[in-house]
Amino acid sequence: MNPINRRQFLKTAALTFLAFAGRALAAPLAAAEKFFHEPPWRRKKPYWGYAVDITKCIGCGRCADACKTENEIPREPFYFRTWVERYILRRSGEVAVDSPNGGIDGYPPPRDPESIAQSFFVPKLCNHCEHSPCEQVCPVGATFKTEDGVVLVDRKYCIGCRYCIQACPYGCRYFHPTLQVADKCTLCYHRIKNGKRPACVENCPTGARMFGDLSDPEGALTKFRESERTQVLKPHMGTEPKLVYKGLDKEVR
Amino acid sequence: MNDSYLETLRAALAQVSGFIYPNELELQWSILIVLYPYITGLVAGAFILASLERVFNVKSVKPTYRLSLLVALAFLLIAPLPLQVHLGHPERAFEIFMTPNTSSAMAMFGFVYIWYLMVVLLVEIWLDYRREIVLWSKSETFWPKRLFYKLLTFGVDNISPRSLEIDEKIGRALTVIGLPSAVLLHGYVGFIFGSIKANPWWSTPLMPIIFLFSAMASGIAGVLLFYMFLCWLRDEPIDMPCIDTVAKFFLTALIVAFSLEMLETLQTAYEAEEHFDIIALLVEGKLYFSMIFVQILMGSLTPMFLLGLAQLFDLPEKVRKVFYGASAVLSLVGIFAMRWNVVVGGQFFSKSLRGFTTYKMEFAGREGLLSAIVLAILPLFVLAGLLYLLPPWGERAGKESATS
Ligand code: SF4
Ligand code: SF4
Repeated sequence: MNPINRRQFLKTAALTFLAFAGRALAAPLAAAEKFFHEPPWRRKKPYWGYAVDITKCIGCGRCADACKTENEIPREPFYFRTWVERYILRRSGEVAVDSPNGGIDGYPPPRDPESIAQSFFVPKLCNHCEHSPCEQVCPVGATFKTEDGVVLVDRKYCIGCRYCIQACPYGCRYFHPTLQVADKCTLCYHRIKNGKRPACVENCPTGARMFGDLSDPEGALTKFRESERTQVLKPHMGTEPKLVYKGLDKEVR
Repeated sequence: MNDSYLETLRAALAQVSGFIYPNELELQWSILIVLYPYITGLVAGAFILASLERVFNVKSVKPTYRLSLLVALAFLLIAPLPLQVHLGHPERAFEIFMTPNTSSAMAMFGFVYIWYLMVVLLVEIWLDYRREIVLWSKSETFWPKRLFYKLLTFGVDNISPRSLEIDEKIGRALTVIGLPSAVLLHGYVGFIFGSIKANPWWSTPLMPIIFLFSAMASGIAGVLLFYMFLCWLRDEPIDMPCIDTVAKFFLTALIVAFSLEMLETLQTAYEAEEHFDIIALLVEGKLYFSMIFVQILMGSLTPMFLLGLAQLFDLPEKVRKVFYGASAVLSLVGIFAMRWNVVVGGQFFSKSLRGFTTYKMEFAGREGLLSAIVLAILPLFVLAGLLYLLPPWGERAGKESATS
């Protein structure tokens, strides 16, 4: 190696070292700044969200029924885009949960009503997770997130591997028995695109289900999220659901 | 989908215990998906055994070298079939390669598979057999077979010592790449499950290496059995130093796999997070037989005990053979049970952690027991074909054709 080359080499090495050292010093500061990340609905418009007020739900199951009709979901009691769970917390600490036929046909009367501390209904549906594991695992990208924040399945593209069903922490997906593809709530995309509300929201008699545009600062959903204390399901999963609940109990998973 | 299947599901409703999300009644990944990691594991294990000779210069396992490669190839060719059959739209399977989603472990597995098959395994086998293929392409009397060999030479029939030496060098380099590739191949299978955070029974960073070491045990067991069986079939003496060494590696793989599994279990029990209760119920209930009895007692502890005895004491040859054979069979069954416990076991309990669903295996359907059995036997036929075309007892065949 001649001396010129050696000098060149040393120079490059020193510069590389400096670059890394500089980055190492700056990294903690940069990381702190990144900690707060802006929700996507600050940038995109519209961006759809959903909220459920558990204190208002009476467990009539009309939403689940309407969903099946609107979206032509098989009527079998094991294919649901949305369903309603009933929780019975007894004084003894025992917790009983059921959702016979998704709540569509009502619930059997509970035994021994005296022992019940409290009881409530929890409507469930796809959370349209901002960081959706179902989208992450789909091998062909058939599950995707739209510009307005809705997680959808492309039926013409899904190969039917069911990986997404395994990956959803909330049991929101099922395998469509005739189409042979994964299926789940679309927030009635065909309706919301035309300015209508999803069928479940439309049919809820108590207003327990709310749908709206998160990017609209004056919208009812934004106001609800600002004024109420809400919670999401399984926050530790890091999925960042866009479906929030008011009045969620610790027993609800 | 047929009505009888829906009928099965309706019947399963009555057997749900506790609460499950309504959509969780149907168990999505059937016995075919149990078969898939099992078969892939055999591939990786067999290949790693073959690499011992080449990369680490363990000369005594030489008699199993070619056989291991052929076993790996036979099972690798069948490995994607269970997945394919299981798909709702098998005709769209190719989209995995055309429009892969790079964040999906399943999509990336496709590429690792292709890489491993095309770049590693096929080339390595070809290089290793090249001399014989050239000789056979001249000496074979049955014309279709001769044509096959002719095609396989790809027009290169230079088998001078110099060119064979180059082959050997490339082959060695290839095995050095091949070893991490095989590890990646099966590690990836583990990752497909280990990366599902929604499922506490699957989600652990240990999953890929647990899969890997049990794969090594199963691959080694498989090759050991095939080797002993073929010796018997061909009325040849078993090379005892060879299988003694193989048994040693077999034992090591078993011990590591078992320790990792136990570590994982202890950790889960000690941390006792939210999901611990349901997992304990799972193991004490639905998985008791397949996990405690088949996987641990029969499939891990017994072979470890037998192989350990053979290590510690100077047992007569006959006894050693029986011990090795028995251990191989037991651990092959045990590792199948392990895959079952992971794949099916992980779908028994609800993600609400409040109850269990059931698995009603069909017999005749597309994903039924019958197709599983067919798919499990298929590699054996492929292997028989490979043994016929590329007999691994090459040295002798080579000499024969050289003198004829
Ligand atoms: S709730 Fe499930 S299906 Fe819906 S976006 Fe989240 S992970 Fe996907
Ligand atoms: S079932 Fe369909 S949508 Fe789900 S992961 Fe597989 S290809 Fe993607």
